[in-house]
Amino acid sequence: MIQKNSKAKEMHQVELMIGQILRIGVIVSAVVIVLGILLMVIQGNGGYPNGVQPEGFVAIAKGVVAFKPYAVIMLGLFLLILTPTLRVVVSIYAFAVEKDRLYVWITTVVLIILVIASIIGYFEH
Amino acid sequence: MIYSLLLMLGVGMLAGVFGAILGIGGGMIITPVLTLGLGLDIKYAIGASIIAVIATSSGSTIAYLKDEMLNLRVAMFLEIATTVGAVIGAVLTGLVHPTFLYFLFGALLVFTTYNMIRKLMMKNEDAQDVTADRLATKLNLNGTYYDKALKKQVDYQVQNVPGGFTMMFGAGLASGLLGIGSGAFKVLAMDTIMHMPLKPSSATSNLMMGVTAAASAMVYFFNGSIKAGIAAPLAIGILLGALIGTRIMQHLKPRLIRMIFVPVMLYLGIQMIMKGFGVTI
Repeated sequence: MIQKNSKAKEMHQVELMIGQILRIGVIVSAVVIVLGILLMVIQGNGGYPNGVQPEGFVAIAKGVVAFKPYAVIMLGLFLLILTPTLRVVVSIYAFAVEKDRLYVWITTVVLIILVIASIIGYFEH
Repeated sequence: MIYSLLLMLGVGMLAGVFGAILGIGGGMIITPVLTLGLGLDIKYAIGASIIAVIATSSGSTIAYLKDEMLNLRVAMFLEIATTVGAVIGAVLTGLVHPTFLYFLFGALLVFTTYNMIRKLMMKNEDAQDVTADRLATKLNLNGTYYDKALKKQVDYQVQNVPGGFTMMFGAGLASGLLGIGSGAFKVLAMDTIMHMPLKPSSATSNLMMGVTAAASAMVYFFNGSIKAGIAAPLAIGILLGALIGTRIMQHLKPRLIRMIFVPVMLYLGIQMIMKGFGVTI
C-alpha cells in the first residue's frame, strides 16, 4: 500500500514535470512569435520584399540573425509545432517511470509516425 | 498592417475561448471566418488554422494536465490512428477535391448534432452504465477524474475500442486534408462511440489535436502554406483565448456544454454543406 502510494506520488511528480516542460515550450515559442510581431510593427513590414517569406531552415536562420520579422515569426511558429512532439517524447519517459512497457511502445510508435511525417513534409516541397 | 494584426489577434482570442470550451480546435471557427469573412485564400486559411489548432491544444493541455482530467493512455493509443490518418491526408491534399470533403464534413456534423440533441433528451445523462470491453481492459484505457461541478471523483469505463480507433483514423485524415483539429470527431469517437464522459473526452481530444496537427503542420510549414503575418497574431490570440476558455470550462456542467455545442455544430454543419454546393452565406 505504501509502495503504491509512493508510485502514485512519483507519477504525479512526472505529470507536473510534463506540464512544466510544456509550459516552457509554449512560452518560449509565444515569446519568439510576439518578438517577431513587435519587430514587424517597428519595421513596418516583414523584412522581405512583396510579402515573400523565408522557407527552409537556412533561409529562416539567416533571417533570424538579421532580425527580419518574418524569419523570427517562422522560427516561433516552428517551435510551436514542435511543442506537441515534445509532449510525446516526455510521455515516453512518463510511461517508462510507471514501468508500463506496452505504453512505452505505443507512444514510441506515435513518435516514429511524427518523424516520418516531418520527413515526408520536407521532401514533398 | 496594425489593424490587420489586431483583427487576427481578436479572431484568434474568440476562437481560443470557444475552442477550449467546446473541445474543438478553433480551426473549425477560423477557416470560415478567414475565407467567408475576410476573403482569404483557403490555402493560407488552412495553414493559419493548423497553427491555431496547435496553439489551442498546447494552451489548454497544460491546464487540463494539472487537473488530471486527461486520459494519457487513451490519447496515445488513439494517436496511432490520428497521426497515420493525418500523414495520409496531408499527402492526399493535392489529389482530392475539397468540395467533396466539405460536403462529407457537413453531413457528419449535422449527424453529430442530432446525436447531441438525442442525448440532451435523455434523463441522467451522466450516470452512463458502461461495461468495459476486453480490449479496453487489456489496453488499460479505463480511467478516473475529479469533477469540480459534481465535487467528486468519477471512475469510468471505455467501450467499443475498434470503433473509436476507426473514427480516429477518419478524424486524422480530415485534419491532414483540411488543416483542422477535427476535435468534434475526436470528442464524438470518445464520448459517443467509446462512451467516455464528456470532460475527459474534451481534455483528451485537446491533447490529441495538437499531436495530430503537428504531423500535418510539418507539411504545411515546409510547403509555404503558413503565412507569418496571418498565422502569428492568430496563434497568440488563440493561446490567450484558450487559457481563458479552459478556466471557464472547469466550472460548467456537461449539460450546459452540450447545449452550447448543439447550435455551433449545426451551424458549422450547414455551412460546410453549403460550401460543398458552392454556396456562400
